[in-house]
Amino acid sequence: MLKLGGGGGGGGQDWACSVAGTGLRGEEAAFEVARLGDPRKAGCRGPGWGCAGIPDSAPGVGMLQAGAGEQARGGQGVEEVGAPAGGGEERPARHPPAPALRLLNRKPQGGSGEIKTPENDLQRGRLSRAPRAAPPAPGMGDHGGQPERSAPHAPGTPAGAGAAAVNGVLHNGFHPPPIQPPHLCSRSLPGGGDAAPRRLPLQPELQPQPPPPLHDSPAKKCRLRRRMDSGRKNRPPFPWFGMDIGGTLVKLVYFEPKDITAEEEQEEVENLKSIRKYLTSNTAYGKTGIRDVHLELKNLTMCGRKGNLHFIRFPSCAMHRFIQMGSEKNFSSLHTTLCATGGGAFKFEEDFRTIADLQLHKLDELDCLIQGLLYVDSVGFNGKPECYYFENPTNPELCQKRPYCLDNPYPMLLVNMGSGVSILAVYSKDNYKRVTGTSLGGGTFLGLCCLLTGCETFEEALEMAAKGDSTNVDKLVKDIYGGDYERFGLQGSAVASSFGNMMSKEKRDSISKEDLARATLVTITNNIGSIARMCALNENIDRVVFVGNFLRINMVSMKLLAYAMDFWSKGQLKALFLEHEGYFGAVGALLELFKMTDEQ
Amino acid sequence: MPLPPRSQLSSPSIPALARAPPPARAPPRISHLRRHRDPRGLRGRQTSSALLRVPRGCVSASSPPRGSAHTRVPQPHPQDAGQDHEPPYEISVQEEVTARLHFVKFENTYIEACLDFIKDHLVNTETKVIQATGGGAYKFKDLIEEKLQLKVDKEDVMTCLIKGCNFVLKNIPHEAFVYQKGSSPEFRFQTNHPSVFPYLLVSIGSGVSIVKVETEDRFEWIGGSSIGGGTFWGLGALLTKTKKFDELLHLASRGQHANVDTLVQDIYGGAHQTLGLSGNLIASSFGKSATADTEFSKEDLAKSLLHMISNDIGQLACLYAKLHCLDRVYFGGFFIRGHPVTMRTITYSINFFSKGEVQALFLRHEGYLGAIGAFLKGAEQDNPNQYSWEENYAGSSGLMSSSPELCPTQRARSGAFDLLEMDRLERPLVNLPLLLDPSSYVPDTVDLTDDALARKYWLTCFEEALDGVVKRAVASQPGSVDAAERAEKFRQKYWNKLQTLRHQPFAYGALTVRSLLDTREHCLNEFNFPDPYSKVKQKDNGVALKCFQRVIHSLDALGWEERQLALVKGLLAGNVFDWGAKAVSDVLESDPQFGFEEAKRKLQERPWLVDSYSKWLQRLKGPPHKCALIFADNSGVDVILGVFPFVRELLSRGTEVILACNSGPALNDVTYSESLIVAERIAAMDPVVRAALREGRLLLVQTGSSSPCLDLSRLDEGLAVLVRERGADLVVIEGMGRAVHTNYHAALRCESLKLAVIKNSWLAERLGGRLFSVIFKYEVPAE
Repeated sequence: MLKLGGGGGGGGQDWACSVAGTGLRGEEAAFEVARLGDPRKAGCRGPGWGCAGIPDSAPGVGMLQAGAGEQARGGQGVEEVGAPAGGGEERPARHPPAPALRLLNRKPQGGSGEIKTPENDLQRGRLSRAPRAAPPAPGMGDHGGQPERSAPHAPGTPAGAGAAAVNGVLHNGFHPPPIQPPHLCSRSLPGGGDAAPRRLPLQPELQPQPPPPLHDSPAKKCRLRRRMDSGRKNRPPFPWFGMDIGGTLVKLVYFEPKDITAEEEQEEVENLKSIRKYLTSNTAYGKTGIRDVHLELKNLTMCGRKGNLHFIRFPSCAMHRFIQMGSEKNFSSLHTTLCATGGGAFKFEEDFRTIADLQLHKLDELDCLIQGLLYVDSVGFNGKPECYYFENPTNPELCQKRPYCLDNPYPMLLVNMGSGVSILAVYSKDNYKRVTGTSLGGGTFLGLCCLLTGCETFEEALEMAAKGDSTNVDKLVKDIYGGDYERFGLQGSAVASSFGNMMSKEKRDSISKEDLARATLVTITNNIGSIARMCALNENIDRVVFVGNFLRINMVSMKLLAYAMDFWSKGQLKALFLEHEGYFGAVGALLELFKMTDEQ
Repeated sequence: MPLPPRSQLSSPSIPALARAPPPARAPPRISHLRRHRDPRGLRGRQTSSALLRVPRGCVSASSPPRGSAHTRVPQPHPQDAGQDHEPPYEISVQEEVTARLHFVKFENTYIEACLDFIKDHLVNTETKVIQATGGGAYKFKDLIEEKLQLKVDKEDVMTCLIKGCNFVLKNIPHEAFVYQKGSSPEFRFQTNHPSVFPYLLVSIGSGVSIVKVETEDRFEWIGGSSIGGGTFWGLGALLTKTKKFDELLHLASRGQHANVDTLVQDIYGGAHQTLGLSGNLIASSFGKSATADTEFSKEDLAKSLLHMISNDIGQLACLYAKLHCLDRVYFGGFFIRGHPVTMRTITYSINFFSKGEVQALFLRHEGYLGAIGAFLKGAEQDNPNQYSWEENYAGSSGLMSSSPELCPTQRARSGAFDLLEMDRLERPLVNLPLLLDPSSYVPDTVDLTDDALARKYWLTCFEEALDGVVKRAVASQPGSVDAAERAEKFRQKYWNKLQTLRHQPFAYGALTVRSLLDTREHCLNEFNFPDPYSKVKQKDNGVALKCFQRVIHSLDALGWEERQLALVKGLLAGNVFDWGAKAVSDVLESDPQFGFEEAKRKLQERPWLVDSYSKWLQRLKGPPHKCALIFADNSGVDVILGVFPFVRELLSRGTEVILACNSGPALNDVTYSESLIVAERIAAMDPVVRAALREGRLLLVQTGSSSPCLDLSRLDEGLAVLVRERGADLVVIEGMGRAVHTNYHAALRCESLKLAVIKNSWLAERLGGRLFSVIFKYEVPAE
């Protein structure tokens, strides 16, 4: 059913090239790319069962460079921005420049593109009072591959604008190197002579704040932002990411605003723009990063902005490269709060801080999972339901995928199958408990498959499993009793012992890798099913929702689970599945970003 | 989804067989002289053994002591007690038959050797059918039928398993244990719970079956899992290229699973505490083998696999236990079978997943359950529940001695590597109805598996006493040509048992002084020394009987209060005559003239080491007890000059007395049949006793035991019936074996008196006294 690789991945590369080629004219080209990408995505989704593009070769690096070129060019545009404001004050306070970055209070050049919304008006109103943050023009230079962080002092910048730019960079583009903040601050003040008086009004408010420690908490940043943004609905600065760093995969959701006004567009900090374009115009990143195009949620309104939600994943082992990239691309200059959940949020926190100068906002993974799931289900899957089940699960002929309305989801047993498995009983939005978990999960399937068959990827393992026959590997009830074991009402076809046939040397010697892969898949899946079923009985819950990336492109397991729930409960239990199976934690993290901002 | 029946077909080893006994050694019982024959494997055995011949009425001795039956006392010996050199009764040799179950384990590889063995030992002309269970019943059916010329009757695996499980739980004290690696002791045995039902049995064969057992005959398969021993073996063989199950376990015991598994800390970094899970927990089994391109060691892979499977089974077991509100789970199947590695991981898993609320229990004879069940199934028409069974320590190999590392030579020789023998007792054993809480009753005072110091002492003590026992055994059979040879074999056997127990104190359940004593009795029986003290007892009884009237006269001459103390002192002094205690047997051996008065002088002066005599005296001033149950100890002076005067006083007060003596011989303890004669002789001399016997106010019963100690949870049913009928409200337990080594802490629902003289200086010191310190413990239950 699912064909991997091929078109999707290659396409990504092609487009990457085209971006690189047209990149000099910035956004139109980029948008075009994005638009062109759409039908492709749709096509990809066609079969209904997710197709994941496998990145064959790695356009990623090249793309980044392409993006960088674009940014570099964009950098010049920034000089027009002029209007430097309170950068000097802001920087020492080190608050994120907040939405100011995107909706700078400047004359819209291409005002036609602006969307008039109350929020925008409000922002405008606020922004007029707000300290200005200049787009970090030279920052793009950094993106462009200039290694030096001294970009602010790039020679040749016009004095006045330069000061603004310098300020802007300091506030908005980059965190200055940790040790230097006071330094830079004092330097910027004289530099931006004209700006100084305008900054004054804010000083009483900000000055009493001692220069906060470099890695102050996101909460603190928010507080600071609030002072500036008081009176408006709070909204975190772009880019909006939610991240779930799991044991095997990193799941990243990215909200791409589609309601950007031309004004915004112009004001958009270049590395922010480059991030947006890089992410939205590609479907594969580096060697291993994938955007699950078919899962993209379109025309979503989040936190008052309209846009698309993108779903991206890459292996956790690439985390260090990712952090490195964040550092190289100076992600920290965006002053965004990076909301992250999953174990990796804890494991890599230090690396984010020391290498990329990014402070993670760590979130509980189960909270995120549930909030993300409820949210995605509530918004639906581009007009279709998110949740589905299998009709006639015990009859292979008639077994069919059917939409399921999860409007009233409680109580539900939520089985999250990642590398390991967590099982939660969810009674309401905020009331849930972790019932149990098992270490026999997706990681076990892949790990055993790698050892047994020499395969290297989940896709490869699943492909083998799809071709195999587990009954050659497993010992069935009929292998022992010659038929059904009537005393216990067990069918002869039931598995008595997983891998039981492999006790015999002759059978070991003659078994195929496909059969082994299939047996591994069936064993792990059935076991999760057993445990989930017992938990459902113990908790007295009859809806079991299976999520997690173990189910990605894994129809065998889904149907097995649907079968097992139905068969062993005599139809009492229903197995439910969700289209965005593995991404709810990341979505939940993104939602936390909004909530966090809101609460301030 | 998977499930389960365990396949013995593919189990790595061990068909366990019930077999007929090889000729020889039967513990003699006075009881039935009828020859027993069971059609399936169990059959009667003839052997000659020394046996007490009571002048008349020994058959009545074995009939249930109901109504007047037990009051019938053998007539005095025709010779008058006044003649000095005449013993009060004769001892003769008599043929006797007793039933014993033998179980032998063979590895499947040795199936032919096993069948030869059965053919040699089992098949008699009347056997037509052999009960078999397990997958092998299908696989080897033809082979068995051809070789043995018997019809194979295939029995359902699970039914047999559960029958067997119920059987061992009911009949073998200390059958079940919890296993805690690294703690001391590693094996903690459960005393038999009076109500084992309902319980959960998790049988881990190639797959896993989870069965809820509700009653003796009712059980329900409630679930299972396909991830079991077969998965460990099959997957393990694929991953490590190691073929044998035991080798896989051995690999696993040396591996580090953290090299293969993704731990929580691998995901969270450091040992971060999250989700309430510690960093060392496995987040994903085999998770690292998916990402790393490194080579993994066989040991690490095997360990990881073991953890994965054990944890999974433990988790499912907990889920099922919770669903059915059960807190005890017994584990069996070849995956467990005494392997410390698997018991450890299963225990860990159960503790983890149940947060300590569910207990993982293992069975010493787990490997025999199916065979026992098959046997019981075959013997159904014989109604096996009318009997009790007792593990014979002499004929059984202990737990863990079956480990391949431990006795490779024996294993290689015959394929038989583990033995279990169960003696059939002709009547059911039950709890003493007066136990305060039968479920928490533990007979033994000190668990030597727990107490290394005491263990060392007692093992040495029993080793040192061995010479004397051998000497006495030889002396007890002067006419026998091979007595010395057999005694030497006994020495070797018991010595070896002691050495086994030094290294594996848990081999036969909790190690106690009682089990050491019982093992010695079993070993003596094994070599046809069923009653080495028969002659000594005969002589002692004769001597004591002669003194009886004198003692009664002097007691009667005392005032009431003085008499009470004298009676108690008499009980205690009589108790000094105890061949079981080394210090005493030394004295007795060197100074046969050691007399009753001498003994009294040796006693500690009041206040005694434990002294609630005043309370007792106070009680005696009150209304008489309705009925006293007295457990007598030694023959001779003890029972005749100590117990009977005390009994006589109680009778005079209007208290009925049930005098309980051992069913079979143990050391110089008075046996039930001896007590009948003694009572008869005393009745001839004393009108009080005579009248009481005649009127059924003095009742003699057997305890059902042949041990120098006393297990109040395994007493003859007749005794229990009588205790209930007569409304016993006082229990008197006498002697070190019954009141100190056992029952010292036993809580009863009625008043109790525990008396003993400490005849062992080490124990005396331990209790804060010295040799011949006195324990007088009178207890009244709290209202």
